[in-house]
Amino acid sequence: MASKRFEGRAIRLGDDVNTDNIISYRYKSRTIDPRELAKHVFEDIDPELPKKIRPGDIIVAGKNFGYGSSREHAPLAIKGAGIRVILAESFARIFYRNAVNLGLLPFTVPRHFVERTRMWDHIVVDLEKGRVYNTDSGVEAAIKQPPNFMWRIVEAGGIVEYYRRHGRLPWEESQ
Amino acid sequence: MAGQTFSEKLLSIKSGKKVYAGDIVVAKVDLVYMHDGTAPLAIKVLREEFGEDRIWNPNRILFFIDHVAPSSNIDTSKLHKYMREFAKKHGIRVFEAGYGINHQVVFEEGYAVPGALIVGADSHTVTHGAVGAFATGVGSTDAAIAMMTGSLWFKVPDSLKIVLEGRLGEAVLGKDVALYLLGELGTSGANYMTLEFHGSGVKNLSLDSRLTIANMSVEMGAKNAYFPPDEIVMQHLERVGAKLPVKPVYPDPNAEYVDTITVELDKIEPLVAAPPLPSNVKHVREVEGVEVDQVFIGSCTNGRVEDFHAAARILKGRRVKDGVRCIAIPASRRVFYELLRDGTLEILVEAGCTVTHGTCGPCVGAHFGILGPDEVMVATSNRNFPGRAGDRTAKIYLANPYTAAAAAVEGKIVDPRHLLRKA
Repeated sequence: MASKRFEGRAIRLGDDVNTDNIISYRYKSRTIDPRELAKHVFEDIDPELPKKIRPGDIIVAGKNFGYGSSREHAPLAIKGAGIRVILAESFARIFYRNAVNLGLLPFTVPRHFVERTRMWDHIVVDLEKGRVYNTDSGVEAAIKQPPNFMWRIVEAGGIVEYYRRHGRLPWEESQ
Repeated sequence: MAGQTFSEKLLSIKSGKKVYAGDIVVAKVDLVYMHDGTAPLAIKVLREEFGEDRIWNPNRILFFIDHVAPSSNIDTSKLHKYMREFAKKHGIRVFEAGYGINHQVVFEEGYAVPGALIVGADSHTVTHGAVGAFATGVGSTDAAIAMMTGSLWFKVPDSLKIVLEGRLGEAVLGKDVALYLLGELGTSGANYMTLEFHGSGVKNLSLDSRLTIANMSVEMGAKNAYFPPDEIVMQHLERVGAKLPVKPVYPDPNAEYVDTITVELDKIEPLVAAPPLPSNVKHVREVEGVEVDQVFIGSCTNGRVEDFHAAARILKGRRVKDGVRCIAIPASRRVFYELLRDGTLEILVEAGCTVTHGTCGPCVGAHFGILGPDEVMVATSNRNFPGRAGDRTAKIYLANPYTAAAAAVEGKIVDPRHLLRKA
């Protein structure tokens, strides 16, 4: 992971954003192309949202982001839209793991940061300081990054990238 | 040494070292399976990245075509072909369209056994906790890694102990226990955890009802569920023939749990999850009168024999109300055949239900029974998010099969016990 600092507009979402609402089955049953999936990301939350999202935007969501199915198409659609960073109060288990495998950056943030962020506010994530800033509302907070075991995968840019680079999986090293 | 929960003990066995909640382990899996919604991505990762020459054991990998099955469009047909070609090349069994929904088939073919570590590229893989397996859903890349190496990393989960007491009342099924727990725990109350079921009430629950409860544990965020395997499970495995070694694992009496919740089964009444979340649980009484356009009885949650027997008790001698579509989907060919032989399907057809082969159908909103704007569906499935089964303005009420069948007859949500009393 080259960058230690990310800046972008907030895509502000609520609690329990589920994988159906990230990408509907009516699309994911027809394609596994991330760019095609990205055209419909969050469509069932707001049909206009896919058109408004730009690469580099940062998701700011409430609790249990990625609730529901195991579909990896959900983080894949997000990645296809050019989004790298997801800030949420908490994440659903399978989504979190899938996001890490795909090299996305899921960080946990406190609720007050989410509550004081509006749609399209300017967000700065500083990994060295371990903090996130909303330069529009002035709110800032500490971020919690994935545990070390997973962070190695994130830093490599995902599990596939890790495998490309090392020719083995992270846990195969000691063998 | 502290006692171990089921998950701690099972992951210790599968990783070869004694572990406790919070530890990270690499564990050997016994079975990995995936379906037409998730296999294509897993195959792509293997083919294009990891290399497909490294396949672990084709006899322990299963593919299912069940989500959009048979295919409704050319793009999906291409993905199905992609799966079949890969499976043929590597000697992996494909359960074709019409065979049934993946979790139901894994269960009824005897692949789900006590003490097995099962990963499926589908969140409802947790269903197999009903037989005492450690079964959890993963994404396609993790499924690809499991296909390649026969192992995967796991964080050993904390466990929540659920003590069931008593016996379910009339027109109440495992579905209502799941909905009751959803009402208590919410959408993430069991996030990252195991739901371990205990208590004298377990023996009073049918295996079908246990499967429903384990199935919906993921709606509370659970990583897996566990019912201690008993005679009912062993009898089922004797009947169908276990496909994997049966090695029951039971937690230690002094295991540590993050919390204990006691549920009195006698006090549970027919419940409904109103839109937009499965945790928006209400007594059926609170939503009586809501008019419905479509009723769906089926899915990996409630597509088994017990469920259609329940629906038939309501539908026998009655008609689906004019203007209401009632779609009945036995979860597998085996369930279908059993209902065919015992006369249940005749009751459903006479009542005016559309009865079809085992597929996920309206539950995933991809190919069958899609809802239009503002339409209302009562479904026995597991999720009611906006857009889940069609248009984002459609509304889904989750209920047990009695309540769903009663809604089909009345054209609106009613307490199914009214109809049972009239029968």
